Amino acid sequence: MDILLQQIINGLTTGSVYAVVALGYTMVYGVIQLINFAHGEVVMIGAMVAFSIITSLAGSSLPPLVIVLAGVMAAVPACMVIGYLLERAAYRPLRHAPRLAPLITAIGMSIVLQHLALLAWGRNPLAFPQIIDNRVFAVGGAAISSVQIAIILLSLTMMGGLSWFVYRTRFGIAIRASAENVHVAGLMGVNADRVIAATFVIGAGLGAVAGVMYGSYYGIAHYTMGFSLGLKAFSAAVLGGIGNIAGAMLGGILLGLVEALGTGYVGDLTNLCAWPGAQGWLAAQCADGGHFVLFGSNYQDVFAFLMLILVLVFRPSGLLGERVSERA
Amino acid sequence: MMNMAMREKLGLALIAVALVALPFVLASAGTAWVRITNFAVLFVLLSLGLNIVVGFAGLLDLGYVAFYAVGAYVYALLASPHFGLHLPFWVILPLGAAVACLAGVILGAPTLRLRGDYLAIVTLGFGEIVRIFMNNLSAPVNLTNGPKGISRIDSFQIGPVNFAGSDTFAGLVFSGPIKYYYLLMLVLLAVIVVNRRLQDSRIGRAWVAIREDEIAAKASGINTRNIKLLAFAMGASFGGIAGGMFAAIQGFVSPESFVLNESIMVLAMVVLGGMGNIWGVIAGAMLLSFVPELLRYTVEPAQRALFGKLLVDPEVLRMLVFGAALVLTMRFRPAGLWPETRHRREMNENRA
Repeated sequence: MDILLQQIINGLTTGSVYAVVALGYTMVYGVIQLINFAHGEVVMIGAMVAFSIITSLAGSSLPPLVIVLAGVMAAVPACMVIGYLLERAAYRPLRHAPRLAPLITAIGMSIVLQHLALLAWGRNPLAFPQIIDNRVFAVGGAAISSVQIAIILLSLTMMGGLSWFVYRTRFGIAIRASAENVHVAGLMGVNADRVIAATFVIGAGLGAVAGVMYGSYYGIAHYTMGFSLGLKAFSAAVLGGIGNIAGAMLGGILLGLVEALGTGYVGDLTNLCAWPGAQGWLAAQCADGGHFVLFGSNYQDVFAFLMLILVLVFRPSGLLGERVSERA
Repeated sequence: MMNMAMREKLGLALIAVALVALPFVLASAGTAWVRITNFAVLFVLLSLGLNIVVGFAGLLDLGYVAFYAVGAYVYALLASPHFGLHLPFWVILPLGAAVACLAGVILGAPTLRLRGDYLAIVTLGFGEIVRIFMNNLSAPVNLTNGPKGISRIDSFQIGPVNFAGSDTFAGLVFSGPIKYYYLLMLVLLAVIVVNRRLQDSRIGRAWVAIREDEIAAKASGINTRNIKLLAFAMGASFGGIAGGMFAAIQGFVSPESFVLNESIMVLAMVVLGGMGNIWGVIAGAMLLSFVPELLRYTVEPAQRALFGKLLVDPEVLRMLVFGAALVLTMRFRPAGLWPETRHRREMNENRA
């Protein structure tokens, strides 16, 4: 089996999910310069809602695709409502408050949403029912499953749809104008409140689909899944240049690739026995084909964070973004 | 005038007497209460450390528990059978503070030149990373013993007095928790004095200047990056000291104790009490420390009486209370329940 190709396929799959979640962060940040910490939890709730619907319909005679669609169709509006309420109840009243205030509110909302989900769905993860015949195709020595193909295609479609919306419609122009300068856009007749609410709602809707995709890829949804997914997606948004929509897409896919390749190879690379010049104590550890692996694949979640730090040190504006100074 | 000063002194003396007598009163209700109070004081220490970062300098640190964890693990590794090392605490505590401080500098240096929000997310990630490392650094060389944690950590030892057992002195029985209580009070006193001196110092005023307007602070000749880094490092070292004390009191550390929720709890204490105001932060930390106990003794029996079973776990309810405290404080009392005068003015005047 070709490990390189396999990790690239896996990386593209998770990367496209990161990209879709990152869009939610970047759109909100672009317009009001707020890190919406609660976005990861919105994504989690999307997955939980969809999984509940899918599980309850799994016994019926409906075709699997219809069942999954029903789950997504329930999750998207649910998350959109949560996104709207978040903006309306938690962030809008603080729009003119000092910077620290909405950040603290965001982290508070994230904790509240996470624990409400815990109350609603319990501590145990929800499993994705075995209703889809997940076929595996061989591609040049690696395998790609139909779920992976569906995730990649669906993500690309959503990114395309969002790009069309933002770059080709009247409301999209209003969003971009507000991202440029919200006060001047207001003078040009843009209703800033509506634009800001819309970025939350659109981001939450995309996030809901991303949550379902992420959950079905790993087979489970859990009330804590939003935290690390959100952190990674945010890192992806920063990597691409926060506030930049194309950047979020690029950053997400790159991050997915880095993570998959890193996880796939870090064990071999840090296996000191494979390094030349193993002597003394180390040689004894390596005797009869032993391993001395410093960092194994259990460090998977570290890559996104390292990437975030490296980007902040060497190119804080991200790949496609503009310069982020201390106080923009 | 004389009268006022006298009255103030009398008040302070009364508080001091009450605090000295407190553990014996609590112990008569059960040693568990002394232990609960000790953990509350630990949270006060943590909150005062975080207050330097969030309250004085206005930097949001969401991974504060990582520094607490660093301090705790330094203590655990150097004073337990895990490596067979048993160094005395006056060596380890400063060392733990120094290591935590170093971690703070390494983390802060790249992020503090950027906007504050980046610091928030990077610290959030850092908290997770520290936990991942603690969980996984049991192979290939067993450094942290992984998720099982490190147990049988030495308790404090001052001369012949060991803090694990009971001593009888002048007819009073000093149990382990009571001794720790007095030690914690001494440390708390020192931390309060340091905090007050810092607040009124050049550095303290520089922090407040940065919090209120970074550009103006820079224009007034403050090296904003270094001063911010100083706040961050100082907060981290206070966290490290609290962590070392935690390891000694608990006798056991594991990655379980250093999850994100702990950082959020400390943040909620600082925010609810009043960012920047030492007395407010102390009050907030005491208030929120006793909330879980309060919930345990009221919500659980109430639910059992009403519904015959436990519907909402008090643990979940506790986190909902902390989350809601953050949101509602920012919405309705942004400067906290007991605000610092200057901060209150600032937090209110910017609201259009």
